[in-house]
Amino acid sequence: MLKKLALSAALVLTTGTTGGVALASEGGHTEDIAFSFEGPFGTYDPVQLQRGLKVYTEVCASCHGLKYVPIRTLADPGGPGYSEDEVRAYAKENFEVFDPDLDDTRPAKPSDHFPPSNDPNAPDLSLMAKARKGFEGPHGLLINPLFKGIGGPEHIYSILTGFTGEEKEVAGTTFYENTAFSTGWISMPPPLAGEDVEYDDGTPATLEQEAEDVAAFLMWAAEPKMMARKRAGFMAVLMLSLLSVLLYLTNKKLWYPIKHRGKQANL
Amino acid sequence: MSGIPHDHYEPKTGFEKWLHERLPIVALAYDTLMIPTPKNLNWWWIWGIVLAFCLVMQIVTGVILVMHYVPHVDLAFASVEHIMRDVNGGHMLRYIHANGASLFFFAVYIHIFRGLFYGSYKAPREVTWIIGMLIYLAMMATGFLGYVLPWGQMSFWGATVITGLFGAIPFIGESLQAWLLGGPAVDQAALNRFFSLHYLLPFIIAALVAVHIWAFHSTGNNNPAGVEVRRGSKAEAEKDTLPFWPYFVIKDLFALAVILLLFFAVVGFMPNFLGEPDNYIEANPLATPAHIVPEWYFLPFYAILRAFTADVWVVKAASFLSGGIIDAKFFGVIAMFGAIIVMALVPWLDTSRVRSGKYRPMFKWWFRLLIIDFIVLMWCGSQPPQGIAPTLSLIGAAYWFAYFLVILPILGVLEKPRAIPATIEEDFVAHYPDAAE
Repeated sequence: MLKKLALSAALVLTTGTTGGVALASEGGHTEDIAFSFEGPFGTYDPVQLQRGLKVYTEVCASCHGLKYVPIRTLADPGGPGYSEDEVRAYAKENFEVFDPDLDDTRPAKPSDHFPPSNDPNAPDLSLMAKARKGFEGPHGLLINPLFKGIGGPEHIYSILTGFTGEEKEVAGTTFYENTAFSTGWISMPPPLAGEDVEYDDGTPATLEQEAEDVAAFLMWAAEPKMMARKRAGFMAVLMLSLLSVLLYLTNKKLWYPIKHRGKQANL
Repeated sequence: MSGIPHDHYEPKTGFEKWLHERLPIVALAYDTLMIPTPKNLNWWWIWGIVLAFCLVMQIVTGVILVMHYVPHVDLAFASVEHIMRDVNGGHMLRYIHANGASLFFFAVYIHIFRGLFYGSYKAPREVTWIIGMLIYLAMMATGFLGYVLPWGQMSFWGATVITGLFGAIPFIGESLQAWLLGGPAVDQAALNRFFSLHYLLPFIIAALVAVHIWAFHSTGNNNPAGVEVRRGSKAEAEKDTLPFWPYFVIKDLFALAVILLLFFAVVGFMPNFLGEPDNYIEANPLATPAHIVPEWYFLPFYAILRAFTADVWVVKAASFLSGGIIDAKFFGVIAMFGAIIVMALVPWLDTSRVRSGKYRPMFKWWFRLLIIDFIVLMWCGSQPPQGIAPTLSLIGAAYWFAYFLVILPILGVLEKPRAIPATIEEDFVAHYPDAAE
């Protein structure tokens, strides 16, 4: 908790106004990660999402919000796979929300959304994994995104692991050199160093592990219905394949006498 | 309905006769469905059905999305997230609607280029062509308006740039832009009216589609050979044609199933591939995205819009001759709309008496170049205006206009076409020798 407070204080003090809201992710190096949810049959790994939630809750949430994500969806199928009781306990333990009926704050309930950003310069992360592209081109031809994916979560991973340690101060704002950020200098201080959280499943909390887990969690936050969508897509493709074959055969049979009229007459 | 002789609906039962005397609606449906259709139609003729399906799909998904969407600058973005997260099946509805627009435009471009190759615009089908162009314009307007509604960064800045085009018109531009937007900038008033028009225009498209179908049912379909159906007698016409039901309905449905298979693979497995990540950031009038790009289906015309910069000699000449009234921005707007107008006027620009491009050896090459030109322009439109893109845009735009205004008129005079088949039956038998009687 102390660490969280210290971190948020540091961020509020140091976050500038320009770097944090830069919108394009063109330029900057994005590491390609083989996430479990890639490809037509890829699925979220619930254990990884739980680890990612822990990183978000204990580190990112001190500045960044997830205002479009209802807390109850943590118990939805295709997500981190918590029980409703676990979600209730998680909400109560971690977040305070303002209740207009009480005209006061109260502990969060599963029906609440995650709180918005604490720091006005920290962007909301609800859709961050879909709002950035990691892979482009070559030459605007969309070939890389076709094979590697759009690369939102990879971009998040690369930002979190891309700090070089260099700093510079421009007009009273500190910028941190980052190999993944479009301009090369980001106003967010390095949020993760490794060993920032203690994972419940005993996974070693290296910087790379934490970055990958929180990137996966943010992908789920941005696209919670991914598994249902892929299932629907798969069913649609299957049914339409069947329908195509049947219609192909029907069409062939229908046209056969037309295309072989002469031959039949001669038989 | 059609000028091609064929069997008409005869009411048989007492009720049918009673209804037919009062409203011949069964006859209308029967004649529409049983219309004699040239039997040599190839696979390029399936896109009309795909387009009709797209229109219905967009209206159905759109009507349901509207039940959950809130056209308010503070709530629109959140209401889309509500659809994606809370509404049953909402994520599928929205992804089908968003990617459905892409399928719609993909299909319409193939449909248009099919018409351009086989001369479907030529007499007596000019009205069908013009109605089609009006449908295409209405589609572009609808697509643009719909893209604004999620109120993301690209929605907002796309709307700002595109309505800015009207601001480029001399003298009245600024007032016109403010009138269109309902204020000095893209804001609540604009969002409200864009929402209203995005809901209205598809029904206007549906009406235009009915007229489009009526028009080509009056003239009969064009076909790959470009020769007309023989109309001397019913027996003669039947050698060239088959009824639309079941022969072409089944063929078209098969093609539609294959296309939808690919479409649902995109929706299910890569629904954001054709989208712009910036549109997942809520609109912010204070932060301009680094690179404002329209949706892919506008890119060729966007490239033409940007091609005519102030240093191009035609722009300089226009500016000089008009005493500075026509500046580079206004010239670009004229060029963009002009690119569509020359396409609409193609029935009167193509002087060749041979309808189908199959029998025009020189035309074929110019036409292939036009397809390449269209794709190159699309790429140029997606690029920031630097490097090779501006030069290529200019060459591409020049070829687009040259094709319609210079090449087609001259080619009809210079070119010696190959022999065309005398009848559709002859063309059909050439493909299927066993069909000869």
